[in-house]
Amino acid sequence: MTERFIAFEGVRKSYDGKSYVVRGLDLDVARGEFLTLLGPSGSGKTTTLMMLAGFETPTHGSITLGGGRIERVPPHRRNIGVVFQNYALFPHMTVGENLAFPLKMRRMSKADVTQCVRHALDMVRMSSFEGRRPNQLSGGQQQRIALARALVFEPQLVLMDEPLGALDKQLREHMQLEIKHLHNRLGINVVYVTHDQSEALTMSDRVGVFNDGTLQQIASPHDLYEAPANPFVATFIGENNAIAGEVVELSNGTCRIKASDGSLISAIPGGGLKIGARTTLVLRPERISLAEDLAGANRFTAHVNELIYHGDHMRLRVTVCGCDDVRIKIPAGAGRTPQPGAHIDIGWAREDCRALAQS
Amino acid sequence: MAITLSDEVVRNAIDTAALTRRLRGLRRRSRIKALLLVAPLMLFLLSVFVLPIGLLLTRSVDNSDVSLALPNTATALSSWSSEHAPDEPLFAALAADLKASSRERVAEAAKRLNNYESGIRSSLLKTARTIRKAEAPYQPAFVEADPRWATPERWAALKQAMPRLTDFYLLAALDLQRDEMGRITGVAPENAVHLDVLIRTFVVSISVTLSCVLLGYPLAALMARSTGWVANTLLILVLLPFWTSLLVRTSAWVVLLQSRGIVNSALIWLGLLDPTQPLELIYNRAGVLIAMTHILLPFMVLPIYSVMKTIPPVYMRAASSLGAPPSSVFWRVYLPMSMPGVSAGGLLVFILALGYYITPALVGGPRDQMVSYFIAYYANQVTNWGMAAALSAILLVAVLVLYALYNRLIGIDRLRIG
Repeated sequence: MTERFIAFEGVRKSYDGKSYVVRGLDLDVARGEFLTLLGPSGSGKTTTLMMLAGFETPTHGSITLGGGRIERVPPHRRNIGVVFQNYALFPHMTVGENLAFPLKMRRMSKADVTQCVRHALDMVRMSSFEGRRPNQLSGGQQQRIALARALVFEPQLVLMDEPLGALDKQLREHMQLEIKHLHNRLGINVVYVTHDQSEALTMSDRVGVFNDGTLQQIASPHDLYEAPANPFVATFIGENNAIAGEVVELSNGTCRIKASDGSLISAIPGGGLKIGARTTLVLRPERISLAEDLAGANRFTAHVNELIYHGDHMRLRVTVCGCDDVRIKIPAGAGRTPQPGAHIDIGWAREDCRALAQS
Repeated sequence: MAITLSDEVVRNAIDTAALTRRLRGLRRRSRIKALLLVAPLMLFLLSVFVLPIGLLLTRSVDNSDVSLALPNTATALSSWSSEHAPDEPLFAALAADLKASSRERVAEAAKRLNNYESGIRSSLLKTARTIRKAEAPYQPAFVEADPRWATPERWAALKQAMPRLTDFYLLAALDLQRDEMGRITGVAPENAVHLDVLIRTFVVSISVTLSCVLLGYPLAALMARSTGWVANTLLILVLLPFWTSLLVRTSAWVVLLQSRGIVNSALIWLGLLDPTQPLELIYNRAGVLIAMTHILLPFMVLPIYSVMKTIPPVYMRAASSLGAPPSSVFWRVYLPMSMPGVSAGGLLVFILALGYYITPALVGGPRDQMVSYFIAYYANQVTNWGMAAALSAILLVAVLVLYALYNRLIGIDRLRIG
């Protein structure tokens, strides 16, 4: 990791003095990184963001930004851009006045303000909207203006609190790319909060998964998907078949799991496994294969319960290895479709299957 | 094919027309239903509110008393001008009127005429008694009863009083009058009271509105921020004054503010005040302002509170994240966003204050009475309906002008009560 830009050390936060919303957070962010905090609602991700923005004060621990401690610095002196969930554009000001607001607060000269505002509007391709009021803009346009307002005073760090939550799917995907490109172009730090895992995977350099006030895992999208640290992360990121079993064999880099129906499965062991321990297997639906020429280490006969049509692909719900809810994702038009009630051969490679210690 | 197609077209055309008719019928029915629902209220308002006020306001320009009592004189005077000396036909016409009209009618006319020339009332009543027994020629009898009848000024005053409509009361309400030549001039300084009263009414109302804003705004902000039982308690405390009668509340201020009252006693007990010189807090302007502010405060707090309730706190966070220190957050974001409530409360309090009557009467001194007091005085004590109506009309016009000004400056659609 390059230069450390943001650091949370032992940060805890309680609102009511009885329970912690964030418990013991240690987190390092490199300069220029796009970090996404992902988690279900109430997991502490937004509280973490609000502590970074300065709207909440940590109960314990320290937060440093660019080398200086900031827990006691009021929000208006932190120089951090924030994009809020519902944009929070000031309704009594025009788009131009909204963008000029942070510059005026920094006592910039009138000519510079005009120039910066124009530049920021160009950046989000909204130049012709300077004189409009926020309520005359569509959701996507308001989103762009909010983004421009958070960037216009050139902060080194921009925080985004579920900024795309109110947009429809198509616009959301478009804006994801646009934000990603802006980040690449400007080289600033972004800390992004969302509960949408696909958004997190597409945009981020690294993703931190929160649950129940603790950081479950922080890794690149690829590692998060391929090597989840625990069953929660595995289930929360992408789709997952959780097959329960018991460790019967454990050697360097491989293990054998006995499923509840007695079948033996080869898998890659996650950390903290012991022989005889209960474990949860992580197996992605798209990694299970129906092909006749199964070369993988794990081959079983499965009973098809249900066939679900999804347009570009199909899903099978099958019973295998003592689990009656194993999903298999098969591309549409891939030869013969198995029918419910049939018995089929399925298999998967050892590398696609991880055994995780049950928490 | 061509024939069936055109048939189709014709059928469609007929269908559309029928459909439009049907839709219009349905719409009309629902409109009539809505009208019927509000009809009782409309009739009630029309009969007990709009109509009486309209009738009262006509009193401010109504001047039919004199011309009804003296119809022949009115005709005779229409061809007479004040350059000529009064001649026998005028005297004969007036004599005929005085003989024909009832005593009550003449008395009414005499009272009204007194507005144009002081002393004319007793003179006319005395002359009437003489003339009823007199025979033509009448001129000597008139001049014998009162030598003033020989002067053109007396008849000019009569002529001025003849038109059915008059601006006399409206001018008088603004301390103006018409001289013998019909020009508008100011009244003698010792009689000029109304303009003072109007200005005083506006000054008191503006002061009360300002102090309500200054006291009410922070309270509304506190209420909007607090939650749970604190918010409920504050709301009840604000509404509490509404649950006691105006008279009781005003009397409570007398108990508090009088020279041996609770406030003065407390200050003396604390040693902050010389016991021989208690503060004069009541029966003066201070008392009026304190009591009116207290009574009108809820009308300011509630609109501001309801607007503040709708301002999401995220705007304040956004402002401070953009680098605004707390003072700028307030002045540039919170205040502008709560302004619709402030202007609604301001307008409400100001208009209510303009019409205040009981409170200044109970806790104010003689120099603190507002225009409503004089309206009541003219209506109840001296039964001068014209004057009462004229002052009401001026007050009403002033309010309407202010309302229009407000609409022009702020826009009535931006006003939010709740």
